[in-house]
Formats: sequence, structure tokens, C-alpha cells
Amino acid sequence: MVPLSWYLIFAAALFSIGLFGVLSRRNAVAILLGVELMLNSVNINLAAFWRYGDVSQMAGQVFAIIVFAVAAAEVAVGLALVISVYRRRNTVVADEINMMKW
Amino acid sequence: MFTPTVFASILPEILILVIALLVLVVEPFWKEEKRRNVGWLVAGSLLLAMVISFLFGQPGEPTATLGGMVRFDWLGFFFKQLFMFAAAVTALLLMENEKVGRRGEAYLLMLASLIGMNLMASAGDLVMLYLAIETTSIPLYVLAGFMLADEKSTEAGFKYLLFGAMTSAVMLYGFSLLFGFTGTTDIYQLIGKLQPGIATFGVLALILVGIGFKVSVVPFHFWAPDVYEGAPTPVAGFLSTASKAAGFAVLIRLFFVAFPDFAPSWTLALAILSAVTMTVGNLLALPQTNIKRLLAFSSISHAGYALIGAVALSQLGAASVVFYLAAYILTNLLAFGIVMAFSRVTGLEDLKDYSGMSRRSPWLALMMLAAFLSLAGMPPFGGFVAKVFVFAAGIQAGYVWLVVIGILNSIVGVYYYLNALKYVYLFRMPEQDEENHPVPLTRPYVIALAVLAIGVILIGTVFAPWFSWSDAAALNLF
Repeated sequence: MVPLSWYLIFAAALFSIGLFGVLSRRNAVAILLGVELMLNSVNINLAAFWRYGDVSQMAGQVFAIIVFAVAAAEVAVGLALVISVYRRRNTVVADEINMMKW
Repeated sequence: MFTPTVFASILPEILILVIALLVLVVEPFWKEEKRRNVGWLVAGSLLLAMVISFLFGQPGEPTATLGGMVRFDWLGFFFKQLFMFAAAVTALLLMENEKVGRRGEAYLLMLASLIGMNLMASAGDLVMLYLAIETTSIPLYVLAGFMLADEKSTEAGFKYLLFGAMTSAVMLYGFSLLFGFTGTTDIYQLIGKLQPGIATFGVLALILVGIGFKVSVVPFHFWAPDVYEGAPTPVAGFLSTASKAAGFAVLIRLFFVAFPDFAPSWTLALAILSAVTMTVGNLLALPQTNIKRLLAFSSISHAGYALIGAVALSQLGAASVVFYLAAYILTNLLAFGIVMAFSRVTGLEDLKDYSGMSRRSPWLALMMLAAFLSLAGMPPFGGFVAKVFVFAAGIQAGYVWLVVIGILNSIVGVYYYLNALKYVYLFRMPEQDEENHPVPLTRPYVIALAVLAIGVILIGTVFAPWFSWSDAAALNLF
């Protein structure tokens, strides 16, 4: 059986890639994709911890399913807001959406 | 399974859901020009819901219901009452907003996020906690970007979403590691299962990122001024009070219950965050000319003051946080309500536009005096007593340096709050007679602002009952 640490390293790598994408990409859709990668790394973590822990406890699986559902809702709202910005500005590049500045 | 206790523990949420369905059913049948009356409906029924849950939903001994998902105790109960009050006032303020108040969806989204906040305050399990945080956030993203024809509003919704999605994903990663290290998601069973080490502190740091975003402490505060400026003003008021208080409810429950073993490390981290938040918030508020941005930075600095109570990690500390949030919700809603009432008539939001307001509308100016002096921490208003309790908790826990920074920051705060009042009371409108430019108030504003102003004064003068409730709430954490 594959050791647990492999899954954790994989999830950590995926999380880091996602976080890097969120922080470095300028396109709003790419930023949302980065968030999705971060959420999926969480799911891998949860499923792996559940499988290698007490399998009779369902908490890990339930948590992963709830993360799916919430991620779907979040992306739906996210894309809707991106579209509403695009209609106003004709751009989805985060740097150019900067009317308000301190 | 479904005992009366279970029912009582989620009674406020059930009632809010009923109100939300009522709005959905009633709204299409009302004519366009009458739809703002949904605001009356929501505010009235939320007050009724507060009374019903006060009569039938009082907790006794703290219990876990619904398989440990919901914690039924005074802490949750007190916060739920506060959130419902804030939402009722926000509904009254929303209905006077031309672009938002005639849309039933706005009230529906507010109620949905209110359910999330209530669950945030009473969540006893990490799964429930994550779900509640997202239930709060997602409707608020939409509400912030609600005015589709307004460039600033869409931008505010967009920025809020990007920051919120990222920080909640980071926090969720922390939750998943926490589940892995302890094998449980129940917050009340986490204690004692974690080993001290770098991994544990990493997990705490990840969780702090998410909570820090909700309460807008400094490294995670960049969204706040932009979102408050761009979002519809009632929504900004709701965001800066109820949503922030919900974040604090999560902070004190999670960290006081689950992680007291690692206290010296995270309380020190919180103390540094608190000091930085107060200082940066206040210093950035100094040069602001837009009153909504001024209030945004002031609300960041208030998160810093309230954190002092959490740093103390004592019963007085928790009670002072709860009391601080109660006073802060009343005061800040009053401040935002005044800004709304003024800009609804004049359409202006800059500080210099407030010149001569004391002559244009003496009552509004007087309420603004109460709100801003309370924010500055002057007796006899709520903000003063709240600050005293928070600082007392800090001193009791030995964080004298933090309290000194807090007091110095309050002095900085007094400057910019009085600076705003200077325009209101000392300056005159340029080359105009103020008599010809009154600021009339409509009935929803009169009711909402009067209730808030009386509340701000009551909480600062007759503070004993409020504090004993806060203390009862705090007792459930230990």
C-alpha cells in the first residue's frame, strides 16, 4: 500500500501550485482555477486521512463531500461576478480592475 | 433524535428560514413601487423571531445537539440575538436604498448570510464551521456586487470574492490537517490530541488566515476599504458589524476551547496582530477624505482593540470581547446609518460635504456626535465601557505593552473622529444658507437610528446587565 505521506506531499504540492496561481496570475478566471486546485488538495488530504485513520468514522468523507458542494457554489458565484465585471469593464484582468485604491 | 432541545438549539435559524421563504412568496405579488415594504416585513419578523427565540430558545447547561454539529449555549445564543438585531436594522436601512431596497433578493441574501452567521456562532464541529463560514460569505459576495450598473459595486463584489475564496481555502487546508492530526472534527474533542511542534503551529497559522480575513486584521485587511466603499452602504454596515462579530465568535470558541494548551504561542501571535491592526488601521484612517473609507479603516482598528480581549485568554477576556462587539455593532451601524441618511438626500460621501450638517439637520448631527464619540471611546457612550473592559482584560493577563499601544491608538482615533465632527459642527456650507438645504429623514431611518442611538447610550450607562450577559456567554467557554 502506498504510504500516507505520499498523499500528503502530493496534496501539499497541489495546494502550493494553487496558491501560487492565485497570487501570481492576473486573469480572474485563472485565479478561480487556482482556488479550485487549493480546494481539491484539501479533498485529497481529507480522503487520505480518512482512509488511513479510523475508517468507521465518516467525518472525513462527509467533510470532503461538503467541500465539493461549497466549491461548486463558490465558483458559480465567482464566475457570475466575473461576468458582471466584464460587462462593465470589458476586462477580466485583475490588475486593471482598480478604480478604488488607498 | 429530534427532541425539544434540538429544536430549541436551531430555533433562530428555523425562524429565519421561514422569514426568507415568506419574502420569496410575498415579494412577486407586490407591485414594484411597494416592494420596499419587504424591508418592514423582514425587520418586523426578525424582531418577532428574536422575541420567540428569547422566550423558547434559551439554553440551559451547554449541550451538543445534532450529533455535535451545533453547540447550544449562552455564547451562541447571545451572538445570535446580536446578529438578528443587526440584520433587522440593516433591513430598515436597505429599504431606503433606491437601487437595492426594491429587490426582494437583497433581503433574501441577507437572511441567508444571517443563517450562516448564527451557525458560525454555535458551530461545534469543523465541518459545520466551514459550511457556516461559506454560507455567510457567499451571499455577502453577491450583496457586495449587487448594483450591477455601478462599476464600484461590481468591483467590490469581485475583490471580496477573490480574497474570500483564497483565504477560506487556506483555512480549509488547515482544517483538513487538523482532522488528520487528531482523527476528529469535533471542536470539543480536539483538546489534548495535538502534539506541540512546528506542524501544529503551521495549522494554527493557516486557520488564523481565514479568521483574520473575516475579522479583517491587518495582513488580510486589503479587501475591507475597497469593499466598504463600493458595496451598497447598508451592506457595508452589515459586513463591518455582524460579519466581523461572527468571525470573532469563531475565533474565541475555536481557540479558547480547542487550543488553550498552545496558548503562549498563539496569544503572542494574536497580540502582535492586534498591535499591528490597531496601528495600521488608525494611521491609514488619518488621511482619508471619503467617509466610508474612513469608517472602513476605523473598523479595521476596532478589530485590533477587540483582539486584546482574545489575547487575554481569560473569562474576563472573552466577556470583554463579547461586550466590545455588542457595543461596536450598535455604534458602527449607527455611523453607517447616518452616512446612508445623509448621502440618500445629498448623494455625497466626502468629509467636506458634511460642512454645516449641524444646521441642516440638528438631530442627525447629534446622533453622529454620539456614534463618533462612541467609536472614539468617550464616556458616556458604549465604546468607552467596551474599551475599558478590553484593556482591563489585557492588563489582568499581563499584556501591559499591548494595552499601552491600544491607549495610544485610541488617542490617534480621537483625532480623526473629531476631525469629522469638526466639519459637522464648526464649518458652514460654502456660500449657501443651510436653512435651504435640510436633510429630511424618512420613517425607517428615524426608527433605526433612534433605536441605535438609544442603544449606544444605554450600553454605555446601564452596562451591568449587558456585561453580565457577556459574562454568562464567556463562562460557557471554560
